[in-house]
Amino acid sequence: MSTVDVRRLFSSLTVEQLFGGVLLGGCLLLVLDLVRRLVVGDLAVGTFTTFLWRGIVDGLLIGLAAIGLSMTYSILRFANFSHGDLVTTGAFTGWTVAYLVGGAGVAELGSRLLLRADGRAQPGDLGMHVFAEPLAIGLGLVVAAVSTVLVALLIDRLVYRPMRDTGGIPLLIASVGVALVLRYVIAFIYTSSTRGVTASAPRLEHELIFWTGSLNVHQLTMVAAALVLMVGVHLLLQRTKLGKAMRAMADNKDLALVTGIPTERVVRATWVIGAGLAGVAGYLVVLDRGTITYNLGWFLLLLIFAAVILGGIGSIYGAIAGSLVIGLAINVSLVWIPSDMNEIAAFALMILVLIFRPQGLLGGVQTA
Amino acid sequence: MTARDAIGRLFEPGDRPRWQADLLLIAKIVLVIYAVFVVFGLVLGLSVNGVVSTLRRVTFFAAVYALLTLALNLHWGYTGLFNIGVAGFMAVGVYSMAILTASPDASPGGFGLPLWVGVLGGMAAAAVVGLIAALPALRLRADYFAIVTLGFSEIVRLSLLSASLREFEVAGRELGTGGGSGITFTGTQSIVDWLFYPGGDRRADPTVVGEFLFGVGDLLGVQSTVVRSGMYTVLLLVCVVALYALLSRIAYSPFGRVLKAIREDELAARSLGKPTDRVKIKVFMLGCALMGLAGMLWQGGRGFVTPESFMPILTFYVFVALIVGGSGSNTGSVIGGFVFAAALWEGPPFVQRIVRANLDARAPPTIYDAAVELGSLDPLPLLGYAVGNVDQLRFMIVGLVLILLMLWRPDGLLGHRTETAAATDLSKRPTTAAAADGGETDE
Repeated sequence: MSTVDVRRLFSSLTVEQLFGGVLLGGCLLLVLDLVRRLVVGDLAVGTFTTFLWRGIVDGLLIGLAAIGLSMTYSILRFANFSHGDLVTTGAFTGWTVAYLVGGAGVAELGSRLLLRADGRAQPGDLGMHVFAEPLAIGLGLVVAAVSTVLVALLIDRLVYRPMRDTGGIPLLIASVGVALVLRYVIAFIYTSSTRGVTASAPRLEHELIFWTGSLNVHQLTMVAAALVLMVGVHLLLQRTKLGKAMRAMADNKDLALVTGIPTERVVRATWVIGAGLAGVAGYLVVLDRGTITYNLGWFLLLLIFAAVILGGIGSIYGAIAGSLVIGLAINVSLVWIPSDMNEIAAFALMILVLIFRPQGLLGGVQTA
Repeated sequence: MTARDAIGRLFEPGDRPRWQADLLLIAKIVLVIYAVFVVFGLVLGLSVNGVVSTLRRVTFFAAVYALLTLALNLHWGYTGLFNIGVAGFMAVGVYSMAILTASPDASPGGFGLPLWVGVLGGMAAAAVVGLIAALPALRLRADYFAIVTLGFSEIVRLSLLSASLREFEVAGRELGTGGGSGITFTGTQSIVDWLFYPGGDRRADPTVVGEFLFGVGDLLGVQSTVVRSGMYTVLLLVCVVALYALLSRIAYSPFGRVLKAIREDELAARSLGKPTDRVKIKVFMLGCALMGLAGMLWQGGRGFVTPESFMPILTFYVFVALIVGGSGSNTGSVIGGFVFAAALWEGPPFVQRIVRANLDARAPPTIYDAAVELGSLDPLPLLGYAVGNVDQLRFMIVGLVLILLMLWRPDGLLGHRTETAAATDLSKRPTTAAAADGGETDE
C-alpha cells in the first residue's frame, strides 16, 4: 500500500473510529495478557474462575434491577433515579418479614421488626440461611417483590402520574426527590447502621463444576431465582398481549394510544414488573452479601445505570447483556487493578461505550 | 387567594427596574431569615455570641451554596447542560489545591506552593477535568449527559478514596491523595489571617485592623474566633457578589445569548452558524472551574479534606438550591442558596436545639421503643427520636421539597423569568412608543 493510500485511509477515519480502534486494540491486549498470565501461571486458574463466577453472580443481580430501570425508561420516558431505592425497599421489607417469621419465638419482636436495629437477634442464633429457614426466606422473597410493587404504585399515583406529560428532566428531578424520601424514611425507621442479617451460607461440595472449591448455596439460590425471573420476563414480553402492548408503547407511544392500547394499564404493568424485580434484586443482594444498609440501592444504582446504558437504554435484553458485562468487568478487572478501583473500571467502560455507541450495545432494539 | 398566588405576589418586581427589584428581594429574604434565627435564638436563650455565631453559620452555608448554585446555573440554567457531577468537580478543585499547597514533608506530601497558586491551580484542574468530561458527554442527550457526569464524579471520588493513590512519586517528589484518611494543607481560611495578623502569623500581635475588629467584637461580646470566621464569611459574600456580577455580565453578552439559544434550540443555534460545540465546551469548563473555586472556599477552608465530603448527594443539594430559586436566573440562584442553607440545612438542627432545650424529650434507641411508649400515650419519646434523627429528617424534607416543587412550581419560587437578551431594560417600555411607530396598543 502506498503512503497516499494510508493517508487517505487515516483522513477518512473520524476521531471516534480512531478512538474505537485504540480501545479495541487495548481490549485485545488485555485478553492476550490474560491468556499469557494464565499460561505462565501468574494467575491461578482457580482465581480466574472465581472472578468469572462472581462476575456472573453480580451481573445477574444487577440485571434483575436493570430490567426495571430499562422498562421505566422506555415506557415512561425518564431516567428513574429512585430505582435504586426501590431495591433498598425490597431488601428491608423482605428481610423484615424473613426475620418476623424465622425468628418467631427466638428473638424479641422489636429486634425482628426493625431488622436488628438494636443489634440483638443475631442471625447465627436465628439460623438465617436457606437450609435452616427455607420458608421464612422464601416468604421474604415474595414480600420483597409485593411490597416494592405497592410502594412503586403508590409513588406513581402521587408523584409521577400528575407529571405524566412533562418532559424527562422534571421527572428525573422529581425521581431524585422520591429517592431521597424513600432512602431516608428507611434510614429513619431502621437506623442508618450497617448490619449483618444472614448466617454464613451453607456450601455444596461438588465434583462437576470446573472451578475449585465448593459452591455457595446463597449464590446458587440467587442465580437460579434471577434466571427464572428473566426467562419469565422474556416469555411475558414475547407471548402475552400485555407484553405486545408494552413493546408497542415503548416503540411509539402516540401510535400505541391511537391503536387503543390502554396506556395507563401498561404503565401500571411496567411498575409491577420493574419494581417487583427491583425488590427481589435487593432481597437477593442481601442474601448474597450478608449485610444490609439503607444506601445499598443508591450505590448499586450507578452500576445499574452503567449496565442499562451499556446495553442500550430501553432494551431489556440489552440491559441483561450490559449487566453481565458490568458484572464481569468489575470482577475480572481485579486481575489488573486493586479492588478499590474496580467500580472505576465499570464507569469508565460505560463512558467509553457512550462515546462510540451512544445508543448502547443493543441500542435501537426497543423492549424486544 | 391560594398560597401559590401569595408566593407569586411576594416575588413581583413592582414598578422598579428588574435589577433594583432583584436586589431588594434578596435583601428582604435575607432579612426575614436573619430575623427568624435571631428571634428563635433569643427564645432559646442564646448569648450574643451564640446568636452571631448562628447567623454566621447560616450566612456561610448560604454563601457557599449561592456560589455553587450560580456556577450550576451557568450550566443548567443558561445552557441546559444537565451536569450532576458537581461534587466531582469540587473535589478536583479542592484536591488539586491541597496537593499544590501541602507542605513537602507532610504525609501525604505536596508541593508547598503559596495559596494563590493553589487556588488558581485548583480552578485550572477543575476546568481541565471538565473538558475531559465534556468531550464524550456533549453530543449525548440530556439524561445520558447527566449519567455520564455523575459517573465522572464517582470516578473522581473513588480514585481519591483508593489506597493505591494514597502516595505516589512524580519526578522524585512524594505526592498523594491520602486515600480515605484525607490530606492536610494550607486552608483558604488562612487568607483572613493576613488581615488580622502581620504576615498572617497567628502567634504575633494583631494588626491595627485586627485590633479594631477584635475590639468591636469584644464590645459586643463576640469571641475572636467568631470574628475571624465571620471575616472569612464576609470574604465569601464578596465572592458571591463578584460571581453574580460576572455571570450577569456573561448572561447579557453575545456569548450569553448563544448559551440561551443553545438551551432553547440547539439545532437552530447551530444552523445560524454558532459554534455550539465549542461554546458548550467553554461554558462547561468555566462552570467547572467555578465549582472548583466554590469547593476550595468551602471544603478547603478547614485545611483538611477527605473524599467523604464529595458524596454524589452533595450535587443534589446544589440542584435543590437552584430549583428552589428557579433555574435560569442568577437572582434565583442566590435566593435559592440562602433559602436552602437557612430552611433546609441549618434550620432542622436549630429546631432540634430548640426542642431539646425546652422539652425533656430523651431519644429512645429505636423507633420501636418510641412507638411502644406512644402506645402508653406518651408522645415525647417519639418526638425525641425524631429530633435525635434530625439528619434523616432533613434529607426527607429536602426530597419532599424537590417533589413538591416539581409538582407545583417547576419554575422555582421566582416563577418563570423572561430573560431579556438585551443589555438595557426592555421591560419598562413607554406605552406611547408602540403607537408612535404605527403599531397597535392594547388600550
